[in-house]
Amino acid sequence: MDTSNSLQDLGQFIAKEIGTDILRWSVVHGELMMTVEKGSISRILPYLRDSETLQFSQLMDVCGVDYLGRTPRFDVVYNLLSLVYNKRIRLKIEVEDGMSVPSVSAVYSSANWWEREVFDLYGIPFEDHPDLRRILTDYGFEGYPLRKDFPLTGYVEVRYDEEKQKVVYESVKLPQAFRTFDFNSPWEGMECAVQALEPKHTEDGREVSE
Amino acid sequence: METLEQESKKTQNFTINFGPQHPAAHGVLRLILELDGEVVERADPHIGLLHRGTEKLIEYKTYLQAIPYFDRLDYVSPMSQEHAFALAVEKLLGLEIPIRAKYIRVLFSEITRILNHLLNITTMAIDVGAMTPLLWGFEEREILMGFYERVSGARMHSAYFRPGGVQKDLPLGLAEDIRAFADRFPQVIDDIERLLTDNRIFKQRTVSIGVVNAEQAQDWGFSGPMLRASDVAWDLRRAQPYEVYDQMDFLIPVGKHGDCYDRYLVRMEEMRQSVRIIKQCLEQMPEGLVKVKNYKITTPPRAEMKTSMEALIHHFKLYTEGYHVPKGETYTAVEAPKGEFAVYLIADGSNQPYRCKIRGPSFAFLQAFDFMVKGHMLADVPSIIGSLDVVFGEIDR
Repeated sequence: MDTSNSLQDLGQFIAKEIGTDILRWSVVHGELMMTVEKGSISRILPYLRDSETLQFSQLMDVCGVDYLGRTPRFDVVYNLLSLVYNKRIRLKIEVEDGMSVPSVSAVYSSANWWEREVFDLYGIPFEDHPDLRRILTDYGFEGYPLRKDFPLTGYVEVRYDEEKQKVVYESVKLPQAFRTFDFNSPWEGMECAVQALEPKHTEDGREVSE
Repeated sequence: METLEQESKKTQNFTINFGPQHPAAHGVLRLILELDGEVVERADPHIGLLHRGTEKLIEYKTYLQAIPYFDRLDYVSPMSQEHAFALAVEKLLGLEIPIRAKYIRVLFSEITRILNHLLNITTMAIDVGAMTPLLWGFEEREILMGFYERVSGARMHSAYFRPGGVQKDLPLGLAEDIRAFADRFPQVIDDIERLLTDNRIFKQRTVSIGVVNAEQAQDWGFSGPMLRASDVAWDLRRAQPYEVYDQMDFLIPVGKHGDCYDRYLVRMEEMRQSVRIIKQCLEQMPEGLVKVKNYKITTPPRAEMKTSMEALIHHFKLYTEGYHVPKGETYTAVEAPKGEFAVYLIADGSNQPYRCKIRGPSFAFLQAFDFMVKGHMLADVPSIIGSLDVVFGEIDR
């Protein structure tokens, strides 16, 4: 509990320092999480890195999340780590489909490829990025594979054509229709499981461990 | 004289393609190197040749079915990655696993660390021209993978750490064999070190090559041995201990110069520390359960299934529908052999992850490659790639 108290304090401190750019913040599962204004991310990150009392010197990860059906549709999530104070913080910005995000690769060098990855998989462009190319997908790939409306099977498949003596791209042919299972069955089992997970469940776990 | 000068003005940088199938590339790395004579001016790594869409696939699988994908990320240290995912799911479920399971996890995490470092050090040695360490190291790796097989049934893709504990208890006699290995193994480290540490050729190829200072290492998001070799004493096992690492007595080696040689030395010493942790685990490990006794999360014992209908239903439901994880999100990291391996998991209350971002340490190392290699000779490229300890399963995902 001690850690989450100190995270509360840290959250309050940062919220006071940065002010209105923070839309909301919370401490869940012992992790500090802040949703901030999209345009302010390139100001907030240098502050978090350089402030003597915070020193979030490492940007560990940048990733996108697609909440299809929500407006704004995407989240871009930054995970920061302070080695000196042994703290983590997670910053989120919300992005509309088709809108761009300021790049932070000038602040943290490590953001470079992660932003390319977000661009590649979600199609979120980053302004002033030095080298915004696709990174993980094939040369000449079309579409943004981690979006929720991109099919799991993709659109094209690749094979070596003996006649043409080269690799050819063809649209995906499924001999068997793609099956999605309705896991959330109406059977009573699931309701029980969800309820069982809540308070009773932890006690069970502890009991066992002793 | 004049003609010479004119000619030198005409020289152009030329670009070569390195890989994607190259023995020194440690996987499928395609490098576009811009050379000025023999000096590398710019390196542009092209990755993604091993992209399998793991994150997308996980979104369509239950939490249990997602576990085997983690073995296939960094395929030389499979259990550490399952560990990160298992911890993330347990955090969202609010599970506390039995103490014996924690010890087994730590034990096998350290075995994994030795597995990984043995591969990395010996293949780096072969890249710079020393063949014997590889032969010696792989003999030991074979023994360690034997332990993997005995505990999980598979030499590499073990799917052994699962949310709620570990899949099975240690089989009879395994603890004694691991202890015997731990007693004998430091001798092998000594042997390998005698071949490499003071070896003139090895030092010429690695000392002052690919230097990264502490500030740069942090800026580029380094972690693990790469960060520690740059004189930053940071280890998640110590700083943010999980499982029973807070009860273990071990040292964190750091390098002074941040060059390839220091990274090699740090990994060597980490193997010795891993042996210490393995011994402590075996000494302190209590008897007891190895997974939580909550049959909504873990399977009931086989024997019980023969007689109890309830147990049979649980088994059936677990392997078809799986369990539901309450809404929430977490960024959970472990100190994998290569560095910070983290899973950013978003659950939406159903039985499948909504989003599972995998943060592999090698991704950050490889993106710093351009900056590390700039100004070095072409012959230094394999030493630097070797010391980065990259595996493409986790970079390309």
